[in-house]
Amino acid sequence: MTTKSRLHIPQPNARPGDKPDFSYLNLAPAGSADKPGTDARTRDIEFLSSGLVRVLDDDHVAKGPWNPDFDATQLQVGLRWMLLNRVFDERMWQIQRQGRISFYMQATGEEAVSIAQGMALRPGDMCFPSYRNQGLFMYRGVKLVDMMCQCLSNTRDMCQGRQLPIMYHSKSGNVFSISGNLGTQYPHAVGWAMASAIKGEDHIAATWVGDGSTAEADFHHALTFAAVYQAPVILNIVNNQWAISTFQGTAGGERRPFAARGLGLGIPGIRVDGNDLLAVYAVTTWAAERARHGRGPTLIELVTYRGGAHSTSDDPSKYRPKDEWAAFPLGDPIERLKQHMISQGSWSEKKHEQLTTELKKEVKAAWKEAQQYGTMTEGPWLNPATMFDDVFANQPRNLETQCHRMLEIESGD
Amino acid sequence: MARMNMIEAIRSAHEVMMEKDPTVVVLGQDVGYFGGVFRCTDGLQRKFGEHRVIDAPISEGGIIGTAIGMGVNGLRPVAEIQFADYIYPGFDQIVSELARLRYRSGGDFFSPVTIRTPCGGGIHGGQTHSQSPEAIFTHVSGIKTVMPSNPYDAKGLLISAIESDDPVVFFEPKRIYNGPFDGDPEKPAISWNTHPKGEVPEGYYTVPLGQAVITRPGNDITIITYGTLVHIAIAAAAATGVDCEIIDVRTMAPLDVVTLTDSVKKTGRCLIAHEATQFGGYGAELTATIQKECFYDLEAPIGRVAGWDTPYPHAFEWQYFPGLKRMSAGINNVMEQE
Repeated sequence: MTTKSRLHIPQPNARPGDKPDFSYLNLAPAGSADKPGTDARTRDIEFLSSGLVRVLDDDHVAKGPWNPDFDATQLQVGLRWMLLNRVFDERMWQIQRQGRISFYMQATGEEAVSIAQGMALRPGDMCFPSYRNQGLFMYRGVKLVDMMCQCLSNTRDMCQGRQLPIMYHSKSGNVFSISGNLGTQYPHAVGWAMASAIKGEDHIAATWVGDGSTAEADFHHALTFAAVYQAPVILNIVNNQWAISTFQGTAGGERRPFAARGLGLGIPGIRVDGNDLLAVYAVTTWAAERARHGRGPTLIELVTYRGGAHSTSDDPSKYRPKDEWAAFPLGDPIERLKQHMISQGSWSEKKHEQLTTELKKEVKAAWKEAQQYGTMTEGPWLNPATMFDDVFANQPRNLETQCHRMLEIESGD
Repeated sequence: MARMNMIEAIRSAHEVMMEKDPTVVVLGQDVGYFGGVFRCTDGLQRKFGEHRVIDAPISEGGIIGTAIGMGVNGLRPVAEIQFADYIYPGFDQIVSELARLRYRSGGDFFSPVTIRTPCGGGIHGGQTHSQSPEAIFTHVSGIKTVMPSNPYDAKGLLISAIESDDPVVFFEPKRIYNGPFDGDPEKPAISWNTHPKGEVPEGYYTVPLGQAVITRPGNDITIITYGTLVHIAIAAAAATGVDCEIIDVRTMAPLDVVTLTDSVKKTGRCLIAHEATQFGGYGAELTATIQKECFYDLEAPIGRVAGWDTPYPHAFEWQYFPGLKRMSAGINNVMEQE
């Protein structure tokens, strides 16, 4: 028999018009994964990268060694912030559709990632987010009005009108500036964590990247440095199945899970149900403890689904089935936590409805306030001269000259 | 002849070349099933199959690096980098490998890669979707650098680029994908439908690399520009009433010096305009060349209109963009000097 080499072209199981098919997802029953000590050697815990850590089962019962045993308050905290993230996204999406901001990206279906991980980290830990981590900013105390002002590029914009909407940062909240270029934050997090170790501090760093962006070289640079120096860092891969139109197989997820990407370097990997707030919290706490005890980096793959379009510039109905999210076997993180709380007796549909109304009001009030600082069509306006600030620490001569020239031209001189 | 916008013209160039030459392959992010985020490769995968139109992982370095390898092995790859702002992870592969392969191997190896990438602002894209990094590439020996300003040229130049045995970085000013732009964002968008350069042959033709073109003949001042600013210059000529000769450089490297200098020798005045930042920009190279070749014909110092030397700000897009006001002021400034 003769054989010829032939390219393998990764194919998603379903395209528009097809029945959604997630049979490729290797699932495991909730509670079935062992929980090793944080001093376990990578070679002894490889099973965590191929399995799936789940706490909430299909009947919304929390089980197994990874159950963080949240009390009613902790559960409500998790639910509240996830719901706020969703309500905020829905409103901002609408606002973009009305032409009142230029661009937006939702985290729909992925809210557990930012909120559970935000809850598991300490305030002094530094976050290097991707563009779908708005929940982290919220949880870390950035006011909704400030996030909206950023999206409006108005007089209260933290970025002074320089960035696209959603490219937030929070110096005081220890959340790094979002770049827009993919995966670049990964080595930054490792470097930050190395500095923490150099300085003898016990703060750790955490960073997020999508399944698609693991293909970027920066991802691999970061893993190498993290492994070599055993940097105190948590490396998260948010596998939401889609990178615009290409599915996770195009990024190389077909044969081994993304969680296994670090094994060759000796970095332990954990694959976790990314739509299970409890499981995400548990594995993040575990990884943080490893990092804080000098045991180095952990790679976490959060298995989730991008419930919405990639961005307001995208139309996913062109490349995936419209009803795919509804068929996703790990469901919706908000709905799952809500059902868990209801089954525990600490929550009800009525309370949920009240909370939703309350959060909608909060978001509505924030939007009203944000507009007072300027919109795309109404002042007050940022002074255009500020566009020449912060290129350098001190403005060099050529920028000073150009700034004067710009003001002359704008004033019709 | 057909009516095409720039996206359709670029798509058509791919199609013509893929039909003509079975070694032409396309790779890039979202270029296959989806047809590209700007639709420049729409339908190509359906027509030519998944081995010739390849959806790539999000790895610009990987896309360009593997394109080089394919080129070395006899293919003629056309790589799309989704935004010019995202080309930098591939920079080492372009500068150290693609540009110098022929040179360092004494002519034994080469890789005829074309890298297409949308560039420029005016689409409210902020600092990660608006850059014009052409000068960075013109500075690299061994790379041809191209930027069309209309559908006809886009198709003809892209075919030439694909056929070229030298590597080409092909910049597509995305603001004018769907229609020419006179610099006023308040006006309703104009399409290529009625523009003479929106008339594009359906089949094969070329616009040669390395040739500038006189877009508007005139006698008083030469405006040397390319990309979106060609259209701003046309609008500024009308607004100022100055008889401008507008030259569309089209290929930044290698540069068609003669067309430029013949014009400046005739008009005696010169304004250079590009959207990219001014400092160390491509305009500096043009200025030096014109100064050297036309010194005794110049009646005024050469003027420059360019983007300010800052990153592209989201909120101040139109204060940043060198639009009609700045172009007109630039023309008047050069005209006023004795």
